[in-house]
Amino acid sequence: MSEEIQTEYETEGVEKKFMFLNRKAPYGTIYALEMLETVLISAAFDQDVTLVFMDDGVYQLKKGCDTKAVNMKNFSATYKALGDYDISRLFVEKESMDARGLTIDDLVEVIFEDEDDDWAEKPAVHVKSRDEIARLMEEQDVIISA
Amino acid sequence: MAAYEVNGKSIEHDEEGYLEDIGEWSLDLAKIIAKEENLEMTDEHWDVINYLREYYDEYQIAPAVRVLVKAIKKKFGPEKGNNKYLYELFPYGPAKQACKIAGLPKPTGCV
Repeated sequence: MSEEIQTEYETEGVEKKFMFLNRKAPYGTIYALEMLETVLISAAFDQDVTLVFMDDGVYQLKKGCDTKAVNMKNFSATYKALGDYDISRLFVEKESMDARGLTIDDLVEVIFEDEDDDWAEKPAVHVKSRDEIARLMEEQDVIISA
Repeated sequence: MAAYEVNGKSIEHDEEGYLEDIGEWSLDLAKIIAKEENLEMTDEHWDVINYLREYYDEYQIAPAVRVLVKAIKKKFGPEKGNNKYLYELFPYGPAKQACKIAGLPKPTGCV
């Protein structure tokens, strides 16, 4: 008999820590939407995903965006779907929020089901200081910034 | 540009059959697209189509298959919330084919 056919690729099971760093306002340029699509695709590959929002990027999670006047598709609601894609960490930088007069109540709610806690529903958006985010960056394998 | 003919009206679609303007969708149009896909639509098919449209309305994206399976399981039970069931309904892929009939864009990350 012939040898067993090898069907698995060598990359099978490789999980890396990805950070997607969002620094630009959601509308007016294509960066935020392209990043969001990248995040949705990466989620299909069971990677360890963290999203960070800093500088004008914090506006990406702002509630109540109205895009009619700029004639762009309103994808603000799509961030709320990230919990369905098992993305459980969306961190907004405190310093950027303070500088823009924003609090967590101004941001959309993203809920995920915690596999390790009997699928309890939990909020995925958290405010972190610049120092905490810097430490998180140190732990990543890949950081994609836009 | 190719188009579907619905009640005397032309509705444009791209080369793969997805609508150019998702606002043009109607039940009559869905039936025509399903016919072109050689699908005999049943209540079970429409459950999935309606769910996809609700999801898009809320989140502005079509869900990935994994997300769809999970959601259907929650809503209609485990005997329907699995890949096999959904592929039996939509042999060319629940995301790809069902989204086309639902008038939604091709799902992100779907090749």
